[in-house]
Amino acid sequence: MAAALSKSKDWILFVGFSAVILLLPWILAPIGAGYPDLLQKIAIFGIFAIGFNILFGLTGYLSFGHAAFIGVGSYMSLWSFKLLTMNVLPAMIFSVALAGLFAFAIGYVSLRRSGIYFSILTLAFAQMSYNLAYSVLTPLTNGETGLQTRAIRTNPETSLLDGDIRIIDQALGVQELGVPTTNFFGLSMSGMSGFYFCAILLIICFFIAQRLTNSNFGMMLKAIKSNQNRLNYTGIHTRPYLIAAFVISGMYAGLAGSLMAVTDPIAGAERMQWTASGEVVLMTILGGVGTLIGPVVGASLIKYAEQKVSSWNEGILSSFFDFLPETLQHFMVSVSSLFVGESWHTTLGVLFMVVVIFLPGGLMEGFRRIIERVTGGKKSAKPGAVESGARAPQPAE
Amino acid sequence: MTVAETDGAIQLISPSVLQGHKDNKPYFATVLGFSLPGAEVGVLAERLIAGAVHDALVCALERCRILPPSKIYIDGLRSMGGHFMSEKTEITRRRVIKSGAAAAAAAGATPYFFSRAFADGHGYRNAPKGDTVTFGFNVPQTGAYADEGADELRAYELAVEHINAGGGGMLDTFSSKVLKGGVNGKKVAFVTGDTQTKSDAARASAKRMIENDGAIMITGGSSSGVAIAVQGLCQEAGVIFMAGLTHSNDTTGKDKRANGFRHFFNTEMTGSALAPVLESNFGKDRTAYHLTADYTWGWSQEGSIKKYTENLGWKTAAAVRTPLGAGDFSSFITPVLDSGADVLVLNHYGKDMVNSLTQAVQFGLRGKQVNGKDFAIVVPLYSRLMAQGAGENVKGIYGSTNWHWSLSDEGSKAFVKSFGTKYGFPPSQAAHTTYCQAILYADACQRAGTFMPSEVGKALEGFKFDGLGNGPTEYRAEDHQCFKDVLVVKGKENPSSKFDVLEVVEVTPRAQVEYKADLLGGELGPYNNG
Amino acid sequence: MDAIFLQILNGLDKGGAYALIALGLTLVFGTLGVVNFAHGALFMLGAFCAVTLNRLLNVSYEQVSETEKDFLGNPLKEQVPYLQGWLGEDMGSFLLDYSVPLSIIMAIVVMGIVGVVMERGLIRHFYKRPHADQILVTFGLAIVIGELIRHYYGANPIPQSAPSAVSGAANVGAWVGLGNNVIYPWWRLVYFAFSAVVIFGVFAFLQFTTFGMVVRAGMQDRETVGLLGINIQQKFTIVFALAAIVAGVAGAMYTPILPPDYNMGMDFLVLSFVVVVVGGMGSLGGAVLAGFLLGILQSFASMSVVQNALPGIAQIIVYLVAVIVLLTLPRGLMGRKGVMED
Repeated sequence: MAAALSKSKDWILFVGFSAVILLLPWILAPIGAGYPDLLQKIAIFGIFAIGFNILFGLTGYLSFGHAAFIGVGSYMSLWSFKLLTMNVLPAMIFSVALAGLFAFAIGYVSLRRSGIYFSILTLAFAQMSYNLAYSVLTPLTNGETGLQTRAIRTNPETSLLDGDIRIIDQALGVQELGVPTTNFFGLSMSGMSGFYFCAILLIICFFIAQRLTNSNFGMMLKAIKSNQNRLNYTGIHTRPYLIAAFVISGMYAGLAGSLMAVTDPIAGAERMQWTASGEVVLMTILGGVGTLIGPVVGASLIKYAEQKVSSWNEGILSSFFDFLPETLQHFMVSVSSLFVGESWHTTLGVLFMVVVIFLPGGLMEGFRRIIERVTGGKKSAKPGAVESGARAPQPAE
Repeated sequence: MTVAETDGAIQLISPSVLQGHKDNKPYFATVLGFSLPGAEVGVLAERLIAGAVHDALVCALERCRILPPSKIYIDGLRSMGGHFMSEKTEITRRRVIKSGAAAAAAAGATPYFFSRAFADGHGYRNAPKGDTVTFGFNVPQTGAYADEGADELRAYELAVEHINAGGGGMLDTFSSKVLKGGVNGKKVAFVTGDTQTKSDAARASAKRMIENDGAIMITGGSSSGVAIAVQGLCQEAGVIFMAGLTHSNDTTGKDKRANGFRHFFNTEMTGSALAPVLESNFGKDRTAYHLTADYTWGWSQEGSIKKYTENLGWKTAAAVRTPLGAGDFSSFITPVLDSGADVLVLNHYGKDMVNSLTQAVQFGLRGKQVNGKDFAIVVPLYSRLMAQGAGENVKGIYGSTNWHWSLSDEGSKAFVKSFGTKYGFPPSQAAHTTYCQAILYADACQRAGTFMPSEVGKALEGFKFDGLGNGPTEYRAEDHQCFKDVLVVKGKENPSSKFDVLEVVEVTPRAQVEYKADLLGGELGPYNNG
Repeated sequence: MDAIFLQILNGLDKGGAYALIALGLTLVFGTLGVVNFAHGALFMLGAFCAVTLNRLLNVSYEQVSETEKDFLGNPLKEQVPYLQGWLGEDMGSFLLDYSVPLSIIMAIVVMGIVGVVMERGLIRHFYKRPHADQILVTFGLAIVIGELIRHYYGANPIPQSAPSAVSGAANVGAWVGLGNNVIYPWWRLVYFAFSAVVIFGVFAFLQFTTFGMVVRAGMQDRETVGLLGINIQQKFTIVFALAAIVAGVAGAMYTPILPPDYNMGMDFLVLSFVVVVVGGMGSLGGAVLAGFLLGILQSFASMSVVQNALPGIAQIIVYLVAVIVLLTLPRGLMGRKGVMED
C-alpha cells in the first residue's frame, strides 16, 4: 500500500517535472528569461546539480572537484567535433565515458579518505587539472583562448588546434563552408532546438536519478550517509558503493560538460576552477540537498541571477523607480545598486546566508513549509515533494 | 569540397556582382542584394544555378563570402544539392550522390533552414524595430578587471550620449562628420553584461544581449581570451563585434573573424615600437630576463619582445613562466639577481603587473648595477589604472600604451574634457579605445545606411580617419586591425597628481609598427548577417 | 647556493603568511568545530585596515595651487593632509610613513570587534549544524564582505609602502658569508620576524595561561569541559576573536608585500585550507609546520631549473603535496584521530 502510494507519487513528480521543464520557455518568458542560452544553461546545470546530488545528497560526501569532470567532458566533446564529426552523439558518448574513467581514477584515490579530507583531495585534483589545462596542457586545451571548432584544414602542417579534420564527416562527404555548427543527425544544436535536446536529456537524467534514489543501491548510499561505521561493522564494504556513486555523478558532470560544448562549441579552462565546483555545491544546497528537484531549482536561480540580475544597470533601475519622486528615486537606485548590476554577487552571498540560516533544507524546504501552511496540515511528515526528506540537522563532531 | 575545381579565382566585384572563371571562360552572376532574407536565398541559389555553372556558385559562396558561414550556409548547400539533381547537371551528379546521405539527413532540418534570424524580414539579425537601436556593452563588472570594466562602461555611456546628441567630446574632432544625432534616424539605447573576465560568462552575457535584448552589436572586453571567445560567438550569431581592450596578436591574427574589429594595438606593435626606444636608452649590449604570465597573451607578448630585442642584439638570459595570479612573485624574482641579466621584462598585466613590479622594486632591482650598467625594468603593456596605485614603483620604467590622457592633440583634449567634466577624473586607455569603437561603429552604420553587419563591415574596412586621439588611423581591410601611432611611455619621475603616472617619451609612427597582413596567420572568413 | 638560500628565505616568508592564516583557521576548527570559509575574508579585512588607516591619515583639506594645473586645465587643488597641519610636517609625514605598522593597532581593535560580532551573530548558531551549512553560510558572508570592500575601495589592488627605514633591501649575503650579491628586502625580513613573534605569542598564550588551558582542554573534549561548569560559550567568542585578530594583523602587515584587493581573501582561502588539512585538522603545530613546508616547496618549485625538468610543477606543487600527504598520513602531518572525519 505504502509502496504503491510512493510509486504513484513518484510518477506524479516525474510527469510534473517533465511538463515544467518542457514548458520552461513560456514559464520564464514573463521574467525575461525565456531565451535559448539561459534555458540551455538551466537544463545543463540542472543535469550537473542532479548528478552532484547523487553523491552529496545521498552519501554526504562533499566533493569540491566536480568542475574537473565538466572540463573533461567539454574538452573531449570538442576533440570529437574536431577530429570525427559535428554530430553530437559520439561526442556525448566519449565525454561521458572519459569523465567516468576520470572520476573512477580520482574517486578511487580520494575515497580512501572521508569528511573534509575527501573534500580537499577532490579540490586538489580539480585545481591541478585547471592549472595544467590553463598552462602546460595548452597543446590539448588551447589554454586561455579555449578550444574551438575550426574549418577543415587545407594544409596538413596546420596545428590541429587551428584546423580540424573531422574524419567521419569527410568520409561521408558532408559539405562544409566556414566553421560548421553542431547537429544531432541534422537537427541544429543551437537555439531552441538545442534547449529541447538538453531538456529531454535533463528529464532522462532526472528519471535515472529518481530510479537510483529509490533502488537498493540508493538505500545503501543513504545508509552510508546516516552511519557508515554501522555498515562497516555489519560487514558491508561501503567503498564500492561510494566509488559507484562518485563515478555516476562524475558521468553526469561529464554529460553536462559535453552539453555545454554541444550548445556552444568552445571549451575553456575556467570551467574547471574551484569556484565552478563551489557553484554546484551552492546550487544543490540552495535548492535543497537530498531532494530531487531542489538542485534544478538552485541551478535555475543561480543562472538567472548571473545573467539577468547582473544586467540591471543604473539606467534600468532609474526607469524602474521612475514612478517615485526624484530624490526618492535616487535613493532607491543607489540602495538597490548595492545588490544588482555589477554588485550581483552581493545578492548571491546574502541569498545563501538567508537560505542557510532560515531554511537549512534549501528552497524545497521553504516550499514544503508554505504548502503545509496553506493546507494547514501537519499530515505530511514525509511529503512527496521532498524526496528522501530534507536533511535533519546533525551535530557536528 | 575543394576549390581546385575552378582554375581561376572568383571574386566579389561589388556587393551585387560575382565574377568567376572556369576553363578560361568568365562567368558572372548577379546577386539580388548582398544578403537576402531567408526565403529569398533559396531563390538566389536557383537563379545562380540556372544562370551559371554550379562550380561558380560553389566557389563563389566559399570564396566570396557572399553567404554567412555556419549551419545556414551548409544546410543551404545541402538542399541546393537537391536542386542540382533536378537540373540533372552532369558535372555535379557525382558530388550530389556522394553527399546524398547528408542531404537526406538534412532534409529533416529544413524547417530550421534560414529561419534563424530573418523572421522580421530585414535580412539580418536583430534589425532594429521602432526608433531605437540597441548596442550591447559586455565588460568585466566583477573580478580582477572590474575597475577597467567600469571605466569602459563610463566611456560607452558618454559615447552614446554624444552619438545621440550628434556632437560632443571626440565626436566634434572626428574626421567623419556624418553623425548628426542618432544613427540612421534611430536613437541609440544600450544593454550591459558582466563578462567576469571568463570566456564562458562573457559568451553567456553576449548571448543574452543578442538573443533576449536584441543587441545589434557587441563591444567590450578586458582580456584577450574573452575577446577572442566573444568574437567567435558574434561571428556565429551574425552581429558585429567591436573589441575593447585586447592586446594579444591572435585577436586580429590567428583568430580573426570577419565580424570582429579591433581598435586597440597588439603585442607585435608593442615590440616594434618599444625596441628602438630601449636601444636608445639602454644600448645594444643587454641581457634580458623575462617573467611571463603563463597563458596565451603572456606568450604572445614574450615572443614579440624577444623577437625585436634580439634583433637589436640583446641576449635573452631566461624566460620564466609564472602562474596567473601568483600573488607573491618573490621566488621568481630572486633568480634574476644572479642570472647575469641586466634587464627584467615583466610580461604581466593587471594585478600580476602591479604585484610583480612592486616586488621587483622591493628586491632592489631598480638602481642595481649589473655588468657595469644600470639595471632596467620594462613593462611592455602599461595600464594606467593599475599603475596608478603603484606610484613610486613605476618611476622611470618603460612600456607602451594605446593612448594616454596627457596627449595634447585636439581629439584627446576634447575627450578628456568631456569625460573629466562628467566623471571627475581622466579616462583610461580602456575607456578611450571603447569610446572610439562605439563612435566608429555608429559612424560606419550611418555611412553604410544600414545596420547589416556585412555592409557595416565594408564601411569599416579600409576606413581612414583622424581626430580620435591617435592621429591618422586606418582600419585595415585585410585583418580588421587599426593601424596608428603607438605611444612609448615611461613612469613619470615627478607626477603632479595621482593620475599623472606616465609620460609619453615617444610617439612611434604608424609606418614603423605596421606589418604585413599575413604575418600573423588566420583567415577572416565570410561576414555573417545572422 | 645563493639561489637556494634566497628561495629558503622566500619560502619562510610565504610560509609565515600561510602559517598565520592557517593558525586561526585551525584554532577555530579545533575548538569551535566550525569550518570558516570567511577566514580569508578576515585576512583581507585586516589588509584593508592598513589601507583605511593610510587614507585616514591622508584626510586632507584642499589648497588651490598658484602654479600647478589639474588635468582639465583648471587650477590644481592641492591636497594637504590635516595631520601635517596639526602636528607639523615632520610628525605628520612620520606617522604616514609608519602607517602600515601602526595599522596593527587598528587591525587588533577592528578585527577583535568583527570577530566578536561574527561569532555572536552568526557562527554561534552554527555549532551544531552540518559542516556543509557552515561552509555555505561563511562562504556567503565572505562574498558579501568582499563585495562591500569592492564597492568602497574598487577592484584594483591598492599598494601600500613599507616605512622608508625598512623599504630597501638588506645585504643578507654579507651576514652569512655568501658575498654581496645576496640581497633581500628588509620588509620581508620584518614580516618573517613578525610572523614568528605572533606564532610564539599564540602558542605561549595557549600554553601558559589558564584561559589557554581551558581552550586546549576544549579542543580535546568540548563536552566534558562544558560539564565542568566552565562558560565555554564565552571562551569560544574569545577564541574566535583571537583567530580573527591573528588573520587581520597578518593581512595588515602583508600589504607592502602584496597590494591588497577585494578578492585577496578568496585567493588565500583555498591555499590556507590546504595548509590546515596538510598540517592536520585542529593541530596548531601542524598548521605552522605545513605553512612553512608548503611555502618553501612552492619557492623551490618556481626555480627555472625545476620548472625545466618538470614543466608546470610551480602551478600544482601545493595540491600535489596535499594529495601525497593525505594519502600517506591519513590525518595530515600532525592531525588527531576523529577530527572532521565525517
